[in-house]
Amino acid sequence: MQAAVGADLAQDSLLSVRSLKTQFPVDQGLVKAVDGASFEIRRGSTLCVVGESGCGKSVTARSILQIVDRPGRVVGGEMLFRRRLRNGSALTGEEEIVDLAKLDPKGAEIRDIRGRDIAMIFQEPMTSLSPVHTIGDQIVEAVHVHENLSKAEAKDRAVDVLQRVGVPKPKQRFDSYPFQLSGGLRQRAMIAMALVCNPVLLIADEPTTALDVTTQAQILELMHELQADYGMAIMFITHDLGVVAEMADDVVVMYLGLAVERGDVRSIFHNPQHPYTRALLRSIPKLGLGARTGPRTRLDTIRGMVPDPYNRPAGCPFHNRCDEFMPGTCDRIVPPPIQFGDRREVRCLLHGGAEEDTR
Amino acid sequence: MSTETLPTGSLAGPQDRVLLNVEELQLHFPIKEGFLRRTTGHVRAVDGVSFFIREGETLGLVGESGCGKTSTGRCIVRSHQPTGGRIAYHAKGSDPVDIATVEGSDLKRYRRDIRMIFQDPQSSLNPRMTLRDIIGEPLKIHGIASGSELEDRVGALLRDVGLRPEYMSRYPHAFSGGERQRVGIARALSLNPRLVVADEAVSALDVSVRAQILNLLQDLQVEHQLTYLFISHDLSVVEYLCDRVAVMYVGKVVEMADTATLFANPKHPYTEALLSAVPKPDPLLRDRRDRIVLSGDVADPSDPPSGCYFHPRCRYAKPICAEEQPPLRDVGDGTFAACHFSEELNLRGVATPPPPK
Repeated sequence: MQAAVGADLAQDSLLSVRSLKTQFPVDQGLVKAVDGASFEIRRGSTLCVVGESGCGKSVTARSILQIVDRPGRVVGGEMLFRRRLRNGSALTGEEEIVDLAKLDPKGAEIRDIRGRDIAMIFQEPMTSLSPVHTIGDQIVEAVHVHENLSKAEAKDRAVDVLQRVGVPKPKQRFDSYPFQLSGGLRQRAMIAMALVCNPVLLIADEPTTALDVTTQAQILELMHELQADYGMAIMFITHDLGVVAEMADDVVVMYLGLAVERGDVRSIFHNPQHPYTRALLRSIPKLGLGARTGPRTRLDTIRGMVPDPYNRPAGCPFHNRCDEFMPGTCDRIVPPPIQFGDRREVRCLLHGGAEEDTR
Repeated sequence: MSTETLPTGSLAGPQDRVLLNVEELQLHFPIKEGFLRRTTGHVRAVDGVSFFIREGETLGLVGESGCGKTSTGRCIVRSHQPTGGRIAYHAKGSDPVDIATVEGSDLKRYRRDIRMIFQDPQSSLNPRMTLRDIIGEPLKIHGIASGSELEDRVGALLRDVGLRPEYMSRYPHAFSGGERQRVGIARALSLNPRLVVADEAVSALDVSVRAQILNLLQDLQVEHQLTYLFISHDLSVVEYLCDRVAVMYVGKVVEMADTATLFANPKHPYTEALLSAVPKPDPLLRDRRDRIVLSGDVADPSDPPSGCYFHPRCRYAKPICAEEQPPLRDVGDGTFAACHFSEELNLRGVATPPPPK
């Protein structure tokens, strides 16, 4: 089967997700976990996906690799991925564009992409590594799935990549089980496993959330270095705006399955356009801003909470928590994407889009 | 207990209106091995922790996981029995009592005054109990209210934490994470406590909900004249909420100071590294700063290094650091630090930008 498409994809774009829809039909109803999210990942750059729990950021990542848990399914949209062509295991230097959304989740083609072109690391290394295999064996397995190497060669690759991610004494650590490693080392082992096949895109789903700040600083530093060495793009999923400010080139803010705002990191932080982005930025205590020097100020909060997934509000999904809610407009019309400036997009009726559907 | 060998007693001066004074608190867990279950060593979870909390203030207790901050909190509410040290609690109108050693019905009295809020509202609420039972249970146990009076009390508590009293007969699963945390707070407040130990109370919450709970905790502190021991690993939340901060590393307090002083002018190299590791939510700041990345991992509390526990990771370490353990001492400015070189070192805090106009 050939899923290659001659679709348009900007030259610097590695992956373009357009109107992605992923849904979970369950007994209580249909959960629209991702409902029309669009964004772009540029070659060699870092895209941070930020949002609260339940906003669909993890499902988006899993949709890209077609590893959504049952009964979830990608039901619509496009995910155009620029894939390196190979002759055997050698790169030919040419590329084709594949629509990942059209691939069969169990098919050979997506399985070839998983782990080789696009790799993923997860939040909790303890639960995503096998407890009964050594980390060395797990990395070697990842090599064998994709490449035809002898046992000794594969082991050399694994030790080499363990060394690259800063695991001390990699030869000895090769034979360690995950429980024998600290949280930071486990996360390094998982990154090693993801990088062993030189992916062009690394999806990191909250890779530092379970770690202490000092360990988090080590891992973030490591990811910066590895990105410079390997030249891969990173899709970094997090709810921590501090990490976003640290890592991102581009940012997507998600709310209830929709990418409500996207843009480069500076304009998102210093010129946010969507009321949700602004509220999110206002609700975090900022380190070093000397909150204690003056009288204690209250944090700005966002009213209410993320709505129930079975019961999505009509119109703009954020309207019932929004301070700039326009009755009769926001609760009727789903805001269309409004583009402005370079790589900036916002979905909010304050910025237009309300006209075309008024009575 | 080996009080006679311990160098210091109380850190608090006579001018401090101290509610709780923790001195050289120890909690060692035995490691048992072999057929005879012989004790072959100890995990020094809490190893000589000293700090004090003034009445009405919020003391932050920060550190990495495994540093003993939760164990310290649990010793204070006495769900762990400390293996050494004193916890002097100044009850209203009486002399200080050492609650590290009280037992039985005496202990029950102090359990009313010192309550706890837990991290994970999902697992700390019994799924088979209604909110009425969950929040009312402490009232029943202490024989304070029953029947319709109990319902009134529970209703009032629910209103205090921003929930509707009609929710009383619902079960925890019907609520979101933030609402469940409010229930946990209501339960902690049901006995009119004086000191509330909040163990990572907002760590499991999303940012928007976290801000709501932080505001609620501040409102309740004013309304109920509460004193908080706020245990957290999140330094930006601690800076926002706390009046003073104690930093722990491998079972010891390494620095304690007023929040503004500690964040602007740390006196212990570990505090400096911890502050520098926190990602700042401003992309313009990321290129300018040179971050201190600590190498290696936190020391093993069952086999800590010699001398200062931090010396293998410390970039200012000198030979003396490997030999002599620095005591927690007053280094001026209301700051206590456990470092041989606190006075000489010029450590970097988190720069405070000028306030916006």
